[in-house]
Amino acid sequence: MNVTRETLAPGVALTAIQTDKFKSASLTVTFLTPLRRETASANALVPYVLRRGCRRWPTMGEVSVRLEELYGGAMEPLVGKIGETQSLGLVGSFLDDAYTLEGEAVLEQASELMAALLLEPVTEDGVFRREYVDGERENLVQNIRSQMNDKRSYALLRLTQEMCRGEAYGVDRLGDQDSAAALTPQSAWEAYEALLASAQVELYYCGSADPQRVRGALGTLVEGLRAKRRGAPEKLTCQVAPHAAQGGPREVVERMEVTQGKLTMGFRTGGASVWAETYPALLVFNALYGGTATSKLFLNVREKLSLCYYASSAVEAAKGILMVSSGVEFDKMAQAQEEILAQLEAVKAGGFTDADLTSARQAVVSRYRGTLDSRAQLEYYWLSAAVTGRDETPEALIARLEQVTAQDVVAVARGLELDTIYRLMGKEG
Amino acid sequence: MEEKRYDKLGMRLWRGELENGLRVYVDVRPGYGKQFAFFATRYGGLDTRFQTQAGWQDTPAGVAHFLEHKLFDTKDGNALQIMAANGADPNAFTSFDITGYFFQCTQGFEENLRTLLGFVTEPYFTPESVAKEQGIIGQEIAMGDDEADTEVFYDLLGCLYAHHPIRTHIAGTQASIAQITPQTLYTCHGAFYNPANMVLTVVGDVDPERVMAIAREVVTAPGTGDPARDYGPAEPVQAVTHSSRRTMAVSAPLFQLGFKLPAPGKGPDRLRARLIGNLAGELLAGDSSPLYAQLYEAGLITRNFAYGYEDYPGCAFFALGGESRDPQAVEAKVLAECARLAAEGFDAARFQRIKKAAYGGMVGQLNSFEDTAVELAQADLNGIEYLTFPEVFRSITADEVREFIRAWFTEAQSALAVIGPGGGEG
Repeated sequence: MNVTRETLAPGVALTAIQTDKFKSASLTVTFLTPLRRETASANALVPYVLRRGCRRWPTMGEVSVRLEELYGGAMEPLVGKIGETQSLGLVGSFLDDAYTLEGEAVLEQASELMAALLLEPVTEDGVFRREYVDGERENLVQNIRSQMNDKRSYALLRLTQEMCRGEAYGVDRLGDQDSAAALTPQSAWEAYEALLASAQVELYYCGSADPQRVRGALGTLVEGLRAKRRGAPEKLTCQVAPHAAQGGPREVVERMEVTQGKLTMGFRTGGASVWAETYPALLVFNALYGGTATSKLFLNVREKLSLCYYASSAVEAAKGILMVSSGVEFDKMAQAQEEILAQLEAVKAGGFTDADLTSARQAVVSRYRGTLDSRAQLEYYWLSAAVTGRDETPEALIARLEQVTAQDVVAVARGLELDTIYRLMGKEG
Repeated sequence: MEEKRYDKLGMRLWRGELENGLRVYVDVRPGYGKQFAFFATRYGGLDTRFQTQAGWQDTPAGVAHFLEHKLFDTKDGNALQIMAANGADPNAFTSFDITGYFFQCTQGFEENLRTLLGFVTEPYFTPESVAKEQGIIGQEIAMGDDEADTEVFYDLLGCLYAHHPIRTHIAGTQASIAQITPQTLYTCHGAFYNPANMVLTVVGDVDPERVMAIAREVVTAPGTGDPARDYGPAEPVQAVTHSSRRTMAVSAPLFQLGFKLPAPGKGPDRLRARLIGNLAGELLAGDSSPLYAQLYEAGLITRNFAYGYEDYPGCAFFALGGESRDPQAVEAKVLAECARLAAEGFDAARFQRIKKAAYGGMVGQLNSFEDTAVELAQADLNGIEYLTFPEVFRSITADEVREFIRAWFTEAQSALAVIGPGGGEG
C-alpha cells in the first residue's frame, strides 16, 4: 500500500492510496470548514442540492443512469463533523477497473461526473434551481427532526448539545431546524460559493491506479477548483476545554413516550486529545473503561449487575471529551449511574490487571491494523488526519499505542471530569 | 481440501468437509493483515418447533438468540474475554434462519480460532447465568420496542403472513424469554449445534490446511444432521391483510410496503430467484427508476428510502420503505408503477444497465471480509454456491424479470404498514 499526499492547487490537497487490495475504488472530494451555528445548515444543504443534478446530467434519474453505467457506482452526499470542523462533499465509490466486464477504465469517468456535479450545478437566475433547493430543504428539516427516532443516538446528540452549548462543538453537523427551514436558493448559493472560495479541499483516492493517473483524471476538477479559490483557506481550529464547568455536573432530563430510559454522561478529558502526547493513552483508557466487550462498563454494569443491554463509552479525541451511554429501566438509572462512576474511580485507583491493560491495548491496536484492510476506515482515518493537521500513519500510531503503560492510563482516568448528565425518561418515569 | 478459482472475481476459495459433516471454506487473500472467521449453524428465530429423537419440541420465541448470548459462557470464564485478551474482536448475531459467531484479528489467529470453535460446541449453562441473561436481554427487547423502524418491519410481516414464525421477533418477548431454562438451551444446542448442521468460513491470508486441521482437532462431536422443523400450516398465497397503522414517538410516519412472494426453492433455484427478485426491485424502485424520481421529486420519500428482497425457509418477500409524509400516496404510486411495468415492460438498455449495476454491487460487497464470510456461510447452509452469481446474472433474461413483476408485484400480494407520530412527541 503506497500513500502519497500532495498539494495540487492552493488549498487543494490529494491523498492517493495505491493498492490492489480492494475490488472497489474510492474517489472523494471533501470541503473542510469551521463548524458555525450561522452556516452549518446552509453548508449541509449544498452536497444534497449538488447531487440533484448538473448541466450535463440535470436530473437525479440521469445521474443514476450514469452511475449504473459505471457498474453501480455511488456518489453520495457527505455531511459530517470532526471536532469543530464541518466536512461536506461527495463520496464516490466505483468498481475497480480490474473487475469490469469489458476491462473499461472507470476512474476517469467517475472523476468527470464528480467535477460536473461539483462545478456545474443546474442554476436559475444565477443561483441554484429553486425546485432542488425547496425539496432538499424539506428533507434537511425532516432529517433534523427525525434524529429523535433513534433514541440511543438521540440521547448522545442531546448530551453534546447541552454539554457544549456555548462551544462550536455543540452545533450539530446538520445545523438546527430553524436555520434549515429559512434557507433559500440565494443563501444556499452563497454557502456554496464560500465553500469553493475558502474551505480547505481534500481529494481522496484509493484503488489500483497510480498517483500520476489519478492526478491526470482529476485535472479538470482541480483546475475548476483553482479558478474559484479566493486567498488562503480558512484555518481549522478546535477549542479543547480541559475542565468541567464549576458547580457541576449539570443535569438535564427530557421526557418522551419510551419504554426504556437512556442515561448519558459527558466528561472533559483534562486536555487529553488527538493533539496531546496522551492521545494513545486516551484511546487505551477508553477501551479499558467502556469501549469494548471486555471493558469495565460492559463487565460490571451489564454482565455483573445485569442492569442493561449496553453501557459503553466513546471518545471524541478531536474535541477532548468522552461520553458514556446506556439504556436502562427508569427505576434503575440511579444504580447504573452509581456503578458507571464507581468503575471510573476504580480505574483511577489503578484497579485493573495487566491482562485488562493488554486486552484493551490490543483491541485498539487491532482496530488500527484492521484500518489498513478497510477502504471506508482508511478513508475516515486520513480525513480525520487532514482535519486535525496530522500526518501520522496508522502504523506510527500503533507503535505509540504499544508503549502505553498502566500509569499512562491511570493518569488519563484521573484527568476525567464529569460535566453533564442527560437522561431520556418515559412520560411517567 | 479442494481449491476452486473464480477468476472473474479474482478469488480463490478452498473447501473441505470433516467426517462429521462440518463444511469448511477458506477465502485466501494474500497481503492482508487481518483475518476473519465465521462459525454458523442453521438455527435462527424461525426454528421454535422442531424434531429430535424424543419427538416434536415446542420452544419459546427467542431461544436461538438467547443461546447465542449464553454460549460465550464457559466453565473457565467468558470466551469474549479470552478472545479479546488474545487480540481478537469477537461478536455474534442471530437472524431469522442462522446464528453466527465470529471474530476479526490481526494476531493470534489459530488460538482464536480454537477458542471460537471450542466455546460454540461446548455448552455450559447454569440457572444463575440464565437468570442474569434474562435481565440483559429483557433490556435489549425493551430497547427494540422503542425502535420504530424495526417495529414497522415486523408490522408488515404480520400483515403478509398468517402463521409463519417470521411474524415473531427474533429476540422473543419479555414473557417468552422468562420461560427459558438451562434445559431448554441444552435441548436446542443438542439439536442444532451438531457439525452436520454447521459451517465455518475464514477470510484472510491464512493456510487453508491449517484451518482444516484445527477444525478437525476441536470439532469432534458426531454430526446428527439437519433437524426437521415445522413452520406451521401452509401460508395463503396472498397477503393476509393489506394494512396496519399505529403510533410511536417518531417525527414523521415510517412505512414499509411489502409484496408476499412464493417461498424459495432449494440450491441454485433459490439463488436465481433471489437475483431475479433483486433485479425486479431495482427496475421498480431503484435510484434510476422513474418511480424513485417521481416520489423523491414530489417530496414523498427522503434519501433514507430503502428496499430489498429477502428469502427464508418457507417465505420470501420484497419490501420497500422509509419515511414519508404520506405513505398512502407512496403506496398508490408504487402499485401504479407495478401495473405499468407489467403492461409495458422496460427497454433492453435499461435492463442491461441495471444488471451491470447489481453485478458491480455484489462484487463490491466482496471487499468486506465480514460480508464475504457471512454470505459464503449462509449460501452453504442453503445449498447455494454463492460465487457462481456472475454466471447466474448473465443467464437471467428481461422476460423472466417482467414475468416476475407481473405475477407478484400486485395489489393482492401487497400490504402497507405505517407507524405515525402521536406517541407523545417532544
